[in-house]
Amino acid sequence: MPTTDHAVVLRGAGRRFGERAALRDVSLELEPGRTLVVFGPNGAGKTTLLRMLATLLRPHAGEVRVLGCALPDGGYAVRGRIGFLGHEALLYRELTGRENLRFHARLHGVARTRVEAVLDAVGMRARADDAVAQLSRGMVQRLAIARAVLHDPELLLLDEPLANLDPAAAAQVEPLIGRTSGRTRVLTSHDPAGGLAGADLALGLRGGRAALVGAAAQVRPEQIAELYA
Amino acid sequence: MRSTVAALLAKDLALELRTGESVPAMVLFSVTTYVVFHFGLDRDTVAGDLASGVLWVTVLFAAILGVNRLFVSEHEQGGFDGFLLAPVDRTALFVAKAIALFGFLCVVELVAVPAFALLLLGPPAGQALPELVLVLALANAGIAVTGTLVAALAIQTRARDLVVPLLVLPLLVPVVLAAARATTPLLAQGGAQPLAGDWLAVLGLYDLVFALIAYAVFDFLLED
Repeated sequence: MPTTDHAVVLRGAGRRFGERAALRDVSLELEPGRTLVVFGPNGAGKTTLLRMLATLLRPHAGEVRVLGCALPDGGYAVRGRIGFLGHEALLYRELTGRENLRFHARLHGVARTRVEAVLDAVGMRARADDAVAQLSRGMVQRLAIARAVLHDPELLLLDEPLANLDPAAAAQVEPLIGRTSGRTRVLTSHDPAGGLAGADLALGLRGGRAALVGAAAQVRPEQIAELYA
Repeated sequence: MRSTVAALLAKDLALELRTGESVPAMVLFSVTTYVVFHFGLDRDTVAGDLASGVLWVTVLFAAILGVNRLFVSEHEQGGFDGFLLAPVDRTALFVAKAIALFGFLCVVELVAVPAFALLLLGPPAGQALPELVLVLALANAGIAVTGTLVAALAIQTRARDLVVPLLVLPLLVPVVLAAARATTPLLAQGGAQPLAGDWLAVLGLYDLVFALIAYAVFDFLLED
């Protein structure tokens, strides 16, 4: 049951893989409808953070609350309210885009008409009956975005969402996953200026630790660049 | 849960029809093995316990091919994550995969059993066909339940091809034993004898016990 007004709450959150700490003592709060952008070099813990918020990884330390539900116990209650876009498209290569989306729609209890609507929204209706294996990476990314928003989630977790998209495609998916979507968003980025421009809160990770947390408007791109130094 | 199982089954069926990764390999393996037995045993026909043993050992090894591939699409194409992100009962995945494996085994046996009768079997099996179908169904259920459980465990390991037979063969010894004992009188040299009901009961009990075990532990196998 919801116990907080914040969409995401992390208090000393941590996650290990064996002996290696992938995420250590991360704390922040994100209000509904706001955007958190996460920066950090490869291996800094960005994907781990997103997968933990998506209920795919259990937190090993601290407190993690998503949409008012404490994880991992509240995972079942919150799953249908989260849209996750990771590095993998989570689409079956031998099935068509439409078949993949219909499969996910059935898992989420979503009507078929919604499948057609999101196919239109990502500009993939004309190629919806092609096997995913036959599509370009950009097209697969568009289908992956369609999958992530299929069930109209309140919280979007986006791992470099515009990777492989040309400017026109990026503009096309903006109403679905962009700032104007009105959803709470947690996204990763390697573009300091672009990432900060579209965010309310910024988190910089280095070695699994929060090296930088602050209002995006007050963070300078040079501070982000230092994370990668 | 019924709707989730139906969605997963429809997806698995579509993938199998499109890729043909499991059933054709299982059928080919079974028929080839019977051909090898035909020449290897240096006799034209077999009956009784030998026929029963050849039939069930071949079915068991063919099943391992299907078990090995059961979760491959989930593992390699992100299907596990896609499923785990949905607000559904995780047991649905076990049920769907077990039904799919059961179905695959039935399709394989539609080809393999006639091939066995044609290549190796001495006495006509037509008379005992309903009883044989019953034994096949109960044994398939046991193989499907245990096979799905082992497949879900093995897919998390790097040595899947080794782990599956190492785990599934010992666990399925009771199934092969009971199925072979139940089938022996049906394939007797002098014509079909009455079915051994106690071995059918063993098969049924095995199915029930392993279904309950799988129901209890499957969620934990999907946990990170």
